Amino acid sequence: MKAKKKAAAAAVNAAAWLITAICLVPMLLILLNSFKDSLGASEMNLKFPALPMQWNNFLVVIEKGKLLTSFMNSCIYSVVSVFLCTVLASMASYVFSRNRSRLNRFLYLYMVLGITMPVNYVALTKVMMFLTLNNTRLGIVLLYTAMQLPFSVFLIHGFVAKLPAELDEAAVIDGCSPVRLFVSVILPLLKPAVATVIVLTFLNTWNEFVSPLYFLSSSSKWPMTLSVYNFFGMYFKDWNLVCADILLTSLPVILVYLLGQKYIVSGMTAGAVKG
Amino acid sequence: MNRKKIYPTWFAAGALLLYSVLFVLPGVIGIGYSFTDWSSYSDRLKFVGLENFRTVFSADGNYLKIMKNTLVFTLGTTVIKNILGLALAVLLTKSIRLLNFHRGVMFMPSVLSTLILGMIFTSILNPSTGLLNTFFRGIGLGGLAKPWLTSPVYAFKSVMAVDIWRGTGYIMTILIAGILSISSDYYEACSIDGASGWQKFRFITLPLLLPTLATTTVLNVIYGLKVFDMIYALTNGGPGKATTEVLYTAVFKKFGTGQYAIGTALSSVMFLFMVFIGFFMIRLMTKDEVQE
Repeated sequence: MKAKKKAAAAAVNAAAWLITAICLVPMLLILLNSFKDSLGASEMNLKFPALPMQWNNFLVVIEKGKLLTSFMNSCIYSVVSVFLCTVLASMASYVFSRNRSRLNRFLYLYMVLGITMPVNYVALTKVMMFLTLNNTRLGIVLLYTAMQLPFSVFLIHGFVAKLPAELDEAAVIDGCSPVRLFVSVILPLLKPAVATVIVLTFLNTWNEFVSPLYFLSSSSKWPMTLSVYNFFGMYFKDWNLVCADILLTSLPVILVYLLGQKYIVSGMTAGAVKG
Repeated sequence: MNRKKIYPTWFAAGALLLYSVLFVLPGVIGIGYSFTDWSSYSDRLKFVGLENFRTVFSADGNYLKIMKNTLVFTLGTTVIKNILGLALAVLLTKSIRLLNFHRGVMFMPSVLSTLILGMIFTSILNPSTGLLNTFFRGIGLGGLAKPWLTSPVYAFKSVMAVDIWRGTGYIMTILIAGILSISSDYYEACSIDGASGWQKFRFITLPLLLPTLATTTVLNVIYGLKVFDMIYALTNGGPGKATTEVLYTAVFKKFGTGQYAIGTALSSVMFLFMVFIGFFMIRLMTKDEVQE
């Protein structure tokens, strides 16, 4: 009996390692090949890079791929839309959740419907041109914000409902204005939900690539995802450079993932699991 | 107290405005434009009635195939991701060493850019130098080495397989949360009654996990119908005639060639279909929300 249990435990551990390996191999492939020379990387295998390591690849990529510009662009797009989305979503979902009038109930459902709705990019060009947002940084930021709003509203709405309404009453009796009530009482309590929204919106906007593809014609405004794809098209024979570019583009995402794992999981499972 | 005064509706104005103008409005006017001959060649719009929809739903074009591809992709990846995700979730709620490490690594593909993952897999699935075929040849199974992305026979399955690799960790994570929320009392009672591991899974885990599985299914369906990045990076709709073409890649191609009317007609078909699905999803997601 004991031996059987031990064998089962070993099998379970082995299975877990096997699947982890399958998930890791592609990432390992990128890591290893970004340190090889062009010839060594042309086979794209998992051999350890020959010494000396080609640290130079990263410098070449930053220069040839204009990574500094696109890194700055990505930062602007992500940071500003994270900020806008967080502020607008928490204000909206707070009102939707606290004052459940017929109108607010409807408006909430109308916003949450955006989680499933696809964007009609073709018709969106008309709207963007009308607002003169085409090929502008502001346009991309506003677009990203609009796209991230529905899920953020859904997430924060569920969280506001758990905060006791007595808090608001006490604050109002003490003479709190609506704005002050929201900023000084509610917002601090929303921290966990807001943190989740920040992390998820950052990841989604950093990885987003379709809107710039449609709406940014000048390469000086491209975010990292678009410029890495473009680089891939030009240097597809130099996998060492492509790998270095991929690594640099993914680094912020991996960093945020490692730091914010708790928030990502809680946000992605929100609404999926009723505890 | 006056709720309208304490919770002023203008708080929601910013979110509603942005969402309505940049998200809903294009969807709605897009339906309007699909009845015109809008293209990059014509300055004046002409009303053409249902002609664009006739083109989209005619048997001669590739459009029906594209819609079929989108549906097959969605259903196939949803079913397989759910099954694999469930198996992994059960595996990773057992007592395993380095549990969080395993969970973290398996979830990682879901946070990385789909486009970049697609690019990586064009290398891995390369017929001659790719890692997968090199591996097969190395272990003496050279017969399994196939032209994964370049042959019409395998391309669609390969694309689906890469997407399953990418998305299973996400489903697994949600299902792990679902399994952990099941009270351990059930399992204890079951053990006392002498239930086997399989019986515990079949009669406790599975039925109690059904609501969570419903949600993962809906999330997957939404993702699958809108899939773009992955296919754009892997095959861009090829090889051959629309082998792996899906709705969003087709819309982008129509946009590129200036056939805006067809593009917006295709988008509108999708828009209406998904708003319809959206109603079901919202009912599923908001039904248990806490009421004050």
